[in-house]
Amino acid sequence: MALAPLTAAEMEASLHVWLDTEFTFFKVEELAAELAVLPRDDQDFLLGWIRRIASTHITLAWQFGRRAPALLPRMERRLLEAWAVHTCDVFDRTGLQTALRVMEEADSFDEEQHRNDAAGALFDDIAPVLGNFVCGLSGRRLKLEEGEAAWTDGERIVLPPLVAALPNETDNFQLAKATVALLWAQTRFGTLRIDFAAIGARYDDPDRALARLHALETLRLSARIAHELPGLHREMQRLRATLDAALPAAWQPLAAHLAAPDAPLDASLALLDAAYALDDCPQWRDQGVLRPDAVAAARAARLDKEKARLRIKLAELLEEHASDDEPARDAPADKPEVEVSVRDENGALDFEITLDGAPLAPPDDVRQLLTSVYLDFGDIPPEYLAPAGEGEYDPNLVFDQPEDPDAVWHGTYHEKGAELYPEWDHGRQHYRKNWCVMREKPVTPVHDGFVRDTLARHAGVVRHLRRKFEALRDENRFEKRQTQGDEIDLDALVEALADAQDGREMSDRLFVRLHRAERNIAVAFLVDMSGSTKGWINEAEREALILLCEALELLGDRYAIYGFSGTTRKRCELFRIKTFDEAYSDEIKARISGIRPQEYTRMGFAIRHMTKLLNAVEARTRVLVTLSDGRPDDYFDVYRGQYGVEDTRMALMEASRTGIHPFCITLDRDARDYLPHMYGAARYVILDDVRQLPVKVTDIYRRITT
Amino acid sequence: MNARTLDPAQHLIEKEPYYEPVGDEIQLFEAAYRQQIPVLLKGPTGCGKTRFMEHMAWRLKRPLITVSCHDDLTASDLVGRYLVKGGETVWVDGPLTRAVRCGGICYLDEIVEARKDTMVVIHPLADDRRTLPMEKLGQIVEAPPEFCLAISYNPGYQSVLKDLKQSTRQRFVALEFDYPSAELERRIVASESGVPDAVAANLVRFAQMTRNLKGSGLEEGASTRLLVHAGKLIADGVSPVTACKSAVAQAVTDDADMLKAIQELSSSIF
Repeated sequence: MALAPLTAAEMEASLHVWLDTEFTFFKVEELAAELAVLPRDDQDFLLGWIRRIASTHITLAWQFGRRAPALLPRMERRLLEAWAVHTCDVFDRTGLQTALRVMEEADSFDEEQHRNDAAGALFDDIAPVLGNFVCGLSGRRLKLEEGEAAWTDGERIVLPPLVAALPNETDNFQLAKATVALLWAQTRFGTLRIDFAAIGARYDDPDRALARLHALETLRLSARIAHELPGLHREMQRLRATLDAALPAAWQPLAAHLAAPDAPLDASLALLDAAYALDDCPQWRDQGVLRPDAVAAARAARLDKEKARLRIKLAELLEEHASDDEPARDAPADKPEVEVSVRDENGALDFEITLDGAPLAPPDDVRQLLTSVYLDFGDIPPEYLAPAGEGEYDPNLVFDQPEDPDAVWHGTYHEKGAELYPEWDHGRQHYRKNWCVMREKPVTPVHDGFVRDTLARHAGVVRHLRRKFEALRDENRFEKRQTQGDEIDLDALVEALADAQDGREMSDRLFVRLHRAERNIAVAFLVDMSGSTKGWINEAEREALILLCEALELLGDRYAIYGFSGTTRKRCELFRIKTFDEAYSDEIKARISGIRPQEYTRMGFAIRHMTKLLNAVEARTRVLVTLSDGRPDDYFDVYRGQYGVEDTRMALMEASRTGIHPFCITLDRDARDYLPHMYGAARYVILDDVRQLPVKVTDIYRRITT
Repeated sequence: MNARTLDPAQHLIEKEPYYEPVGDEIQLFEAAYRQQIPVLLKGPTGCGKTRFMEHMAWRLKRPLITVSCHDDLTASDLVGRYLVKGGETVWVDGPLTRAVRCGGICYLDEIVEARKDTMVVIHPLADDRRTLPMEKLGQIVEAPPEFCLAISYNPGYQSVLKDLKQSTRQRFVALEFDYPSAELERRIVASESGVPDAVAANLVRFAQMTRNLKGSGLEEGASTRLLVHAGKLIADGVSPVTACKSAVAQAVTDDADMLKAIQELSSSIF
């Protein structure tokens, strides 16, 4: 049975709290009255969202509340939700003003135009599929992004958040797919090679000319698709029949000209004068829009860089080849002859490099560069094929270099070169996308006597650890009395024969098998480097790491050590102490010794990043051990308190969902109430005495990995 | 219905296995065979390595003994072992020993899957000694000139754990296999599965699309073998899109988004 609707008075109380009316003076009474007439189900839905948005920004929640009741009858709940989440995302990215504008867009919500929204294809749903789809098509790798309209610049394809032109979801998806294919074809079959600015300048009304050129190209590319992807073309025809007007009669002859499956770009350009003269210009729902500026900008940024890259790669290829064949050859005297032949047939692009007459299969990166250059010019210009001379280019400028985290920080407040991680917003019950700006930083090694002193101080423990861990080392051993094996177990056989003589049943366990022990564990340690660890805790952590390394070296497990700290979401830092690939050397010891307390304890991003690193390591068992001194906390931020606890909990859950075993060691003695909740997905242990840490950690590690 | 039971050491392949040469691999293999050099076949799965071996065994008229290697394959599994029969121990030859004794072709498929210590037993057979020491019997079997050792592996796995040791790989003549060119692959698919040329061409185009996805979500693109499977289903009346889904998409990935994307690719073509 449905619950009785809440009364206005009941709702007012909560709204006062959520919207902080004491300071904001929002008139929640009106809102409550509006909500009071709705069924309980709708009330709960809207109130839930008001509360969730209010945790992001109160004004947004208020605006949502004012609009949503009116929208509810017209808009699908799924879309209302998407709209709310989208608004919060916009707020995260660009602030209140733009978010409010997104809110207001809902006012212009025209029912007639949006009658199919319920069956619309949401970008987030279709992007993973279409992203792979477009990867499978030949040509340059194109990225799929979300934007206001459908367009492409030759490097990415942008789709709107919702494609909803048709009353059923499958058709809307097909429409999105057709759009993606047409935009892909613009890159693949030369549309983007057009110098749109120059063409536009030739006509009195450049916009009119470009619109007609776009239409001509759509006709040409559709014919291409009919040839390359006949199945898709059938779908396109079907959708166009319902969505678009028939091609105007005056355009029919133009379309006939462009219908040949190999009509070149020039064919469209040749028809432009004729098309310009025509009054009406056909448009299709699947064609997207043309963004000549974006195309030109992307192309300008790409050309020189790729020229340099290709020439450097060719030079490398030559060098490799020269040293293979004839090491004594003096290279510079005679410039080697490089030729590239392009095979563009049957939908596939292939390249063959001929080097002084000998064919050479281009490696993948060269092939991709060649593809990209070919698509920009329709050919490979000869100057692109001159291998770069020694020192002609500075590779640092040509290839993307990892950004120096400190240099970026000294510059403006941007996110260049950093990795972005989402964060779980407990109040919103949704992720904040690309919220944490994470950088890996090195630890300054300190070469002092710390390691020596630690080992001396804990000499007894070290000896004890050695014994314990050596015992752990699973070794190859023979297992006797097996039903199958490489060798015969003679003792068992003699016994069995004796049994048989006695008339008893003969055992079939007569073989010896070699048991091969493979300890296949990768473990990542995440160490709290926040300011609160200063003093005892920091020292204990460092000692613990030294003892741990000693023990792990005995076991041969692969391990990495990272420290985390940060100030606000814009500056999340992970300190590289030991990566999986590094050996435990003096350098590593010095780095452990150099671990110093930094700033705050933002944990979610660190766990997410370590999850990613761990999953890249090949191992049967993956363990993530975090070592922290307490509650997640960040500088003047909501991260303190429940938000941080929930985000950390979510990050740990994500980790265990990917098959990692998280384990948390904590030194927080006071606030145990939140621990079981926060470490929900992980197992954890609380240490009372900091001084126990070095001894305990190795012991804990032994327990959790056996 | 009675399935034929064959002894691989005695059995010669009677009918010519269909094989389209991509380059000069037949000539190379024959030369290596005459010169008694073992052969290593490299290439992605399903591009015709095993078929090539069958074809060569037919050409050279030697029995072919194939061992599919797995990570529990021990040296005894290859060489042989004592078994207990009626209170006595009896020696039973393993496939490698049988191949050596009868002068056949021993083909160790996916050799990297076998344990590293297992691979070492083939070393004396793979260099100019051409002998197989059998420690447990205290014997050495000398390989006749007709014996040939061939191994295959797929370098695409890119795993440090599954790499061939230098001491092993440097004993072999390597033949590299890759997916055949589009035209050749079309011919292979058409002739193996019996679909019309146009359908075969579309299947090949579809395969190329999945190969474009290698590295961005797919470990490996669709192999020629999968295309033949799909072709056979189509020839039997299954619709092309369904055939591509069952024979190709489901075979290359389990990822839901990737499956759907591959589906969209095939439905775009057919």
